Amino acid sequence: MSVLEIKNLQVSVVIESGNKEILRGVDLTIKSGETHAIMGPNGSGKSTLAYSIAGHPKYLITGGSVTLDGVDVLEMSVDERAKAGLFLAMQYPVEIPGVSVSNFLRTAVTAIRGEAPKVRTWVGEVKAAMSSLEIDTAFSERNVNEGFSGGEKKRHEILQMELLKPKIAILDETDSGLDIDALRVVSEGVNRIKESTDLGVMLITHYTRILKYIKPDFVHVFANGKIVEEGGSELADKLEEKGYAEYITA
Amino acid sequence: MSLLTTNYLTPTGREEAWRFTPLKRLAGLHDLSSQVSDHISLTGKNSLPTGVTLAIANAADHPPAYASNDLITNRIREKIKKVLVLSIAKDVELTEPIILNRSCTDSAELSRVVILAGVNSKSTVIIENVGGGVVGEEIEISLASGASLSFVSLQEWDRTAVHLAQHHAVVGKDAHFTSYVVSVGGSVVRINPTVEFTGAGAFADLYGIYFATDGQHLEHRIHINHGVANAKSRVNYKGALAGDDARTVWIGDVYIHKVAEGTDTYELNRNLLLTDGARADSVPNLEIETGEIVGAGHASTTGRFDDEQLFYLQSRGIPADIARRLVIRGFFAEIISKLKNESLEERLMARIDDELAKVEQ
Repeated sequence: MSVLEIKNLQVSVVIESGNKEILRGVDLTIKSGETHAIMGPNGSGKSTLAYSIAGHPKYLITGGSVTLDGVDVLEMSVDERAKAGLFLAMQYPVEIPGVSVSNFLRTAVTAIRGEAPKVRTWVGEVKAAMSSLEIDTAFSERNVNEGFSGGEKKRHEILQMELLKPKIAILDETDSGLDIDALRVVSEGVNRIKESTDLGVMLITHYTRILKYIKPDFVHVFANGKIVEEGGSELADKLEEKGYAEYITA
Repeated sequence: MSLLTTNYLTPTGREEAWRFTPLKRLAGLHDLSSQVSDHISLTGKNSLPTGVTLAIANAADHPPAYASNDLITNRIREKIKKVLVLSIAKDVELTEPIILNRSCTDSAELSRVVILAGVNSKSTVIIENVGGGVVGEEIEISLASGASLSFVSLQEWDRTAVHLAQHHAVVGKDAHFTSYVVSVGGSVVRINPTVEFTGAGAFADLYGIYFATDGQHLEHRIHINHGVANAKSRVNYKGALAGDDARTVWIGDVYIHKVAEGTDTYELNRNLLLTDGARADSVPNLEIETGEIVGAGHASTTGRFDDEQLFYLQSRGIPADIARRLVIRGFFAEIISKLKNESLEERLMARIDDELAKVEQ
């Protein structure tokens, strides 16, 4: 049982004219097996929350705390956070020319598990994970994210999640840019990983569409850098109907 | 030993061809002050297959096939009495590369090498440059019609070496010349890979990688002369720089003459600055006298290490030093993988790792 605990998190980005405050005191607790949907309008700070937890250097933590099973996450380097069990599926995964998917996956898994995977079982493990995400095995020889379609990038993110087996995963707009088939495949992948590993999920999304596939236990409405309303999945239905207008003007 | 006697004007550093080059560090190769030996330090490393000969010949028997405007090349031509000639007979198809090794002492040397690839021959020639030394070099490469030659020049010099070279290829009808210039060692390395075409269907692929660390000057000046119709050229050079006063220069001149209709050319140079204090110059030039071409273009980028790539890899648990190594190996892999020679690819990647290790210290 793992717990990611975010308390009164305040985050700024450094811009030319000084620091700009983005997160204004976020409180959120995610436990193993739970799925929390973070919903909100564009520019409300959802992605900042995701990247701050993962440790992107662009963001300056000005207050509050983030702990994973009681251990201070904010003190960790980016790779240490991943080793501790955090995973961020990115909205815009970057291309890494000249680095093959197979080399990348193997290097990452070696780093996370602390030892190189056994050659005998590794190939089969990757193949099985790729097959369940309907990824062609030829994919292994391509360079990381280079020339990938939107759907391929997102499948590749979930493939990594499956192999790295995190405790808590943050999915940042994983549904964006996906057609209906890719959305189903990716969502089924997330659900399968949740079932087999008791993964805790923070699902960041603008739309309710993905919530038909990945059922949230909790829905948090994010606006102006903090959580402004919380509830169960019925809150998502309300957002579907009424949109974010009332939170923006509030 | 004898003193250079040529009275070509000694460059001052203001000339276009020399404005990037640190003349004070050329050990006198560019002016009249260098003592040069007649010794030919380039020798065959492996036994030569049937149909291939390597011999020292009288320079007069192998007059230059082209007029060079390079000062060093002209000094070499005037000075040397002997040339090294590597011949690959027509129709010979080699599966293993011919390896020549240049192992220099510290004395200066002027060297002219002639490589003749016969009609429809297929071969790979690797020149390894190691040790210290001061070398002025001209390598003249002729590809007869239908010949296919991969020419690899490895500059794995000690950090004291000075190497000024022209590699000139004359590419015949339907011949395919592929050049890989790899410069990692040396104090000053200045190589001019130049190409001219003599028949339709000729194709030149020029690849290069260089990695300059503290105080190294690595310069590559490409000149491709499209003087006949329907020839094709591709240039792709990639360099990394790290440390104080690491310096690279890349010049890519492509000239398309009026008669050269149907020309297809593209050149690319990318530089990766790994630290402050390094400087990369990149100057592509394209001159076109006819619009009746398939394509002509160039691109040049010089950028810093992409922190987003680093973040992505680290967010997957990969420590920063391993992540940097992955990215930089990846940067060069695009070109190294073109070699299609596993042992050579591994050797070059190992050299890249060595350079990286210097940076990380």
